Amino acid sequence: MSTDTLSFIAIQFLNGLAYSLLLFLLAAGLSLIFGMMDVVNLAHGSFFLIGTYVGLTIVRVTGNFWIALVVTPLLIGALGLVVERYLIRSLYNRSPLDQVLLTFGLAFILMDLAKWIWGANVLALPAPAALDGSVALFGGQFPKYRLFVIAAGFVLAVVLYYLNDRTSFGAVIRAGVADREMVSGLGINIALVFSIVFAVGIGLAALSGVVAGPIYSAFPGLDFQVLITTLIVVVVGGMGTYKGSLFGSLLIGEVQTFGQAFFPDLALFLIFGIMAAVLLIKPAGLFGREAVA
Amino acid sequence: MIVLVLVLLVLFPLLPSSYALGVLTDVLIFGLFAMSLDLLLGYTGLVSFGHAAFFGVGAYVAGIVGIYGGPEIYFTLPAAIIAAALAALVIGFFSIRTAGVYFLMLTLAFSQMVYAAAFKAPFAGGSNGLAGIPRPTLGFGLGFADSIAFYYLVLAIVLASYWTLARLVASPFGKSLRGIKENESRMRSVGYNVQRYKLAAFVIAGAFAGLAGALRAQFNFFVAPDTLYWTTSGIALVMVIIGGAGTLIGPALGAALVQVLQNLISSYTERWPLLLGAVFILFVLYAPKGMIGLLEQRKQVDQETSTQQAKSANAL
Repeated sequence: MSTDTLSFIAIQFLNGLAYSLLLFLLAAGLSLIFGMMDVVNLAHGSFFLIGTYVGLTIVRVTGNFWIALVVTPLLIGALGLVVERYLIRSLYNRSPLDQVLLTFGLAFILMDLAKWIWGANVLALPAPAALDGSVALFGGQFPKYRLFVIAAGFVLAVVLYYLNDRTSFGAVIRAGVADREMVSGLGINIALVFSIVFAVGIGLAALSGVVAGPIYSAFPGLDFQVLITTLIVVVVGGMGTYKGSLFGSLLIGEVQTFGQAFFPDLALFLIFGIMAAVLLIKPAGLFGREAVA
Repeated sequence: MIVLVLVLLVLFPLLPSSYALGVLTDVLIFGLFAMSLDLLLGYTGLVSFGHAAFFGVGAYVAGIVGIYGGPEIYFTLPAAIIAAALAALVIGFFSIRTAGVYFLMLTLAFSQMVYAAAFKAPFAGGSNGLAGIPRPTLGFGLGFADSIAFYYLVLAIVLASYWTLARLVASPFGKSLRGIKENESRMRSVGYNVQRYKLAAFVIAGAFAGLAGALRAQFNFFVAPDTLYWTTSGIALVMVIIGGAGTLIGPALGAALVQVLQNLISSYTERWPLLLGAVFILFVLYAPKGMIGLLEQRKQVDQETSTQQAKSANAL
């Protein structure tokens, strides 16, 4: 192989890595909410898209990307608290399906609300000035901003791992995923845990939205594109597991990036093919524990 | 009651409003689409979020066959039904391996894949959609080009489909489906091949959705890729839930409410999806059994108050 090809592959790998880590933030939130609350949040992509839009508005007002990066997830996380408290909580004693239907209705509302406020055009979030331009890497050029996304994504992945695996709140979450009744039987305020989990999950989606803004731009319809890819990640990786979200994101992110580079027309079908294959061989996902059907 | 509704439906074209006739044709088509989804959702307990895939496949195939083959009804409709059933067979084969939310996610994901495929396929017109789809003909110079004739065709097909679906859910097969919905492991342990029943229900529902999609394409002379988009699956789901899942009339009522509301509201505001989402959430929160459930509740309350009145009258 020529050095050109090698350099192309290395650059594509890094692109895939940046994309994978954005997917990971989404999948981790979706998977966390599902693992804890049995709710598949079909508005997850909508919160991602709203995150990009809100980030854009904050950048327009303050002129500072970093403020948007910090404030947007907090704002959207607070919105998540409200949604959990006033909508989802009233359905706790109903079937999980009703809660999924609720998030579906929410996706309709958020889709239209976003179109109303931000219009139907493609809007790009400007990258921060410090990360403008690119650096020479592997004999090619690579955008500085994407390097930042990779670095920040890894830091967040480690932080989430630490929170989940090494702190007492993480222990409550893991216990809650395994056996919710037992956790509330131990005197832990499960309603509060649910609120926090939902807010954190939504906040991660919004964070992913802001970080993705300078790379992918925002437009109506991105919400469900993102949701579908995230669903594929968690189906392939296995719902409710940290490992599943991480490896699922890396696999799907890289396959989709290389697919788009080599066979642009088939990239999307490639990841569906992987999903179908995983379902045939291991219906609970690569890292899923329990039987699904 | 039923006779009255039928008479009204048959006499409706006497009204001079072609606009109202168009809305009613759409109500009937979406009623069939929603009923086909309810066979899965309300009768089998399979919550499909990707029913637009079959509606869309039916629409596109009816369009393509109509444009490139010929408009004869004996080709366009069977082709659409068979194509939708085949699509349902493939998607169902993978999806029914899972249950609950996994099934929901898979059907949603597969339908979005079909949507993406319609964008890429050269013969489907990409993002422009497929235009110039002919209304069906019978041959010998007879056809349904006229709106009133097409309305009667749709009415006949939807009524026949309703009758077929009603027979189906009342049959031993339909009872087995309800058994699967109520307790899948019990059905399995008494010896039912549950997966095969589920797949059969999925294919039948897909076929009827394809039929509805074909009629919709011929009604509008046009298919847009949006027909396959998640919002179309979503609207069918909304119709079933706000009408009342687990009945066939419920989804048809839901279709009527949604279509009529859409036509009324769209002339005042563009914010129709927002309102639809809000109405849907209100139903999920406060009336999960839909309009049919509300009507039954009302009936019960009426009965209770009348017995109470009778009692107090007796006491006096």
